Amino acid sequence: MSQYKPGARLRSAVCATEVVVIAAPARDIALRCGGAPLLSEGETAAEGVILDSAIAQGTQLGKRYTNEAGDLELLCVKPGEGSLAADSVALVVKGAKPLPSSD
Amino acid sequence: MNLMMLLEMAAQGFGERVAFVNGDESLTYQQLFDAARQAGMRLRSSDCEHVAMLDVSSLALPIGLFASAWAGKPFVPINYRLAGTEVDALLERIQPSFLVTDQARIPLLSATSVVEPMARREFVEMAREAGTDTATDWPMDPDEIAVLLFTSGTTGAPKAAVLRHRHLVSYMFSAVEFGSAAEDDVALVVVPPYHIAGVISVISSVYAGRTVVQQANFNARDWLDLARRERVTTAFLVPTMLAQIVRELEGQSSAKLPHLAAIAYGGGKMPGPVIERAMALFPDTQFTQAYGLTETSSTICVLLPKDHHAASASDEPAVRRRLTSVGRALPGVELQIRDEEGRVLAPGQRGEIYVRGEQVSGEYIGRGSMLDDQGWFPTRDAGELDEEGYLFLEGRADDVIVRGAENMSPGEIEDVLLRHPAVADAGVVGVPDEHWGEAVAAVIVLKPGAVASSEELQDWVRNHLRSSRVPQFITFVAELPYNETGKLLRRTIRLDLAEAIQS
Repeated sequence: MSQYKPGARLRSAVCATEVVVIAAPARDIALRCGGAPLLSEGETAAEGVILDSAIAQGTQLGKRYTNEAGDLELLCVKPGEGSLAADSVALVVKGAKPLPSSD
Repeated sequence: MNLMMLLEMAAQGFGERVAFVNGDESLTYQQLFDAARQAGMRLRSSDCEHVAMLDVSSLALPIGLFASAWAGKPFVPINYRLAGTEVDALLERIQPSFLVTDQARIPLLSATSVVEPMARREFVEMAREAGTDTATDWPMDPDEIAVLLFTSGTTGAPKAAVLRHRHLVSYMFSAVEFGSAAEDDVALVVVPPYHIAGVISVISSVYAGRTVVQQANFNARDWLDLARRERVTTAFLVPTMLAQIVRELEGQSSAKLPHLAAIAYGGGKMPGPVIERAMALFPDTQFTQAYGLTETSSTICVLLPKDHHAASASDEPAVRRRLTSVGRALPGVELQIRDEEGRVLAPGQRGEIYVRGEQVSGEYIGRGSMLDDQGWFPTRDAGELDEEGYLFLEGRADDVIVRGAENMSPGEIEDVLLRHPAVADAGVVGVPDEHWGEAVAAVIVLKPGAVASSEELQDWVRNHLRSSRVPQFITFVAELPYNETGKLLRRTIRLDLAEAIQS
């Protein structure tokens, strides 16, 4: 459990996924990917952790992932096999609002 | 958060795709990423606190923008059309700076404020040298300054508008879908680097994955040639550029640019006749109008292609009128119209436009934030919203003419004058008047060979608008003063007229 700051870069312990925190609540949350806690810079994976095949729908480059409350948002900057979750609830892709290019 | 994070994703997702083309030079997304790192290391080791770019568009622009982000130093594009003393005054305000510029300018710089001048070519070559560093260690504080832009200063000295990484990244999130461009999407970018649209086009093209073809100096004929040769699919233009393209195509029934799927325009008032003519000349092209400010990280409102079609096909005046609106707020952007006392006005009432959203900075160096405690930014633009949220611009709040107790917008009178068959261009301003406080004055450019008297034009306005709108003074000139991005310089007109009327 940790509190996260916008701009923090986190990586999966069990797949190639990397995310950047865009928004985070001011309370402790448990962020996981593929079942294992996401690692902050400098942290190393606990020994023996492997990807939980039940939590492996994958992350997509450039998608933003959010929780139901909408106070957490993670941007996927490297895709991987695991799925993202906060406090054991799967995160969902934030709906895109495609508009024609205006610039 | 940092702009570099967006380029990293692009290099990751479509690294082999061509990102920028200028003449016969180009960069792929991976090459741009590598160049940003190489130049970023150099900028980081420099004693500079800002990275200035005094130049036309070139490959040095995307490299300079992203390298500055990597180094954690603000990127400051400067208007290359300014006089030497004006440039020196701006450089003085951002010293010490690293400066990328044209080779010929370097000996002319005043030595005091620049620690390291470098010619554009040398900068690009330095950035493209193979490096050994593999760190991806740009700063991630969202509050770091990404870009400083000197506002065009149609009134008073230029202000340095602050855009932080969080403003620009938020704008990308709400306006652009990552990687949404097709592999053969090509954008033709002709707005200069010192204009917010020039900076934003770099970032949004990278985020969408489009190839950008740069045109350093706008010229309607070259623009059309380039659009055909490079099979351009999208382009952004300011209204004066579209007007020149329409003029260049005079006598032709079509622009013959079937690949050009979309034109976005903005940065000033689009005359109705120009957009109507353009829609006929570009039958395969969808038009989107964007309205935004430097202080709002560019676009806050868009008039979509479907709005263009609905408006031009409708018989209902309220719907048809929307062709002259700037559309509705982007997702995540809120608008309000307020009166002089700050009260929020209802639809249909004119006042000052206020805007709120994560992309809104509203901050200037030395002046701090202009946002109120609820996060609203006063744009100093005047306008009104209709019942459906379409925004109609009435010009700068400072340009509103107050005659007696009546407020009137110059744009409304200009529109009527522009519809007179003899009138090529029209500018309307308020001039001091003993009796009314301000009087309406118009400066007119006649079409070649056309004739119209002041009385005829006054009658024309009287027949279309209330008599208070009729210009008391009309003068004829060869051309109106515009700045280089197509903004009418009303202050110049006012000063010239005040002199003419006094004498």
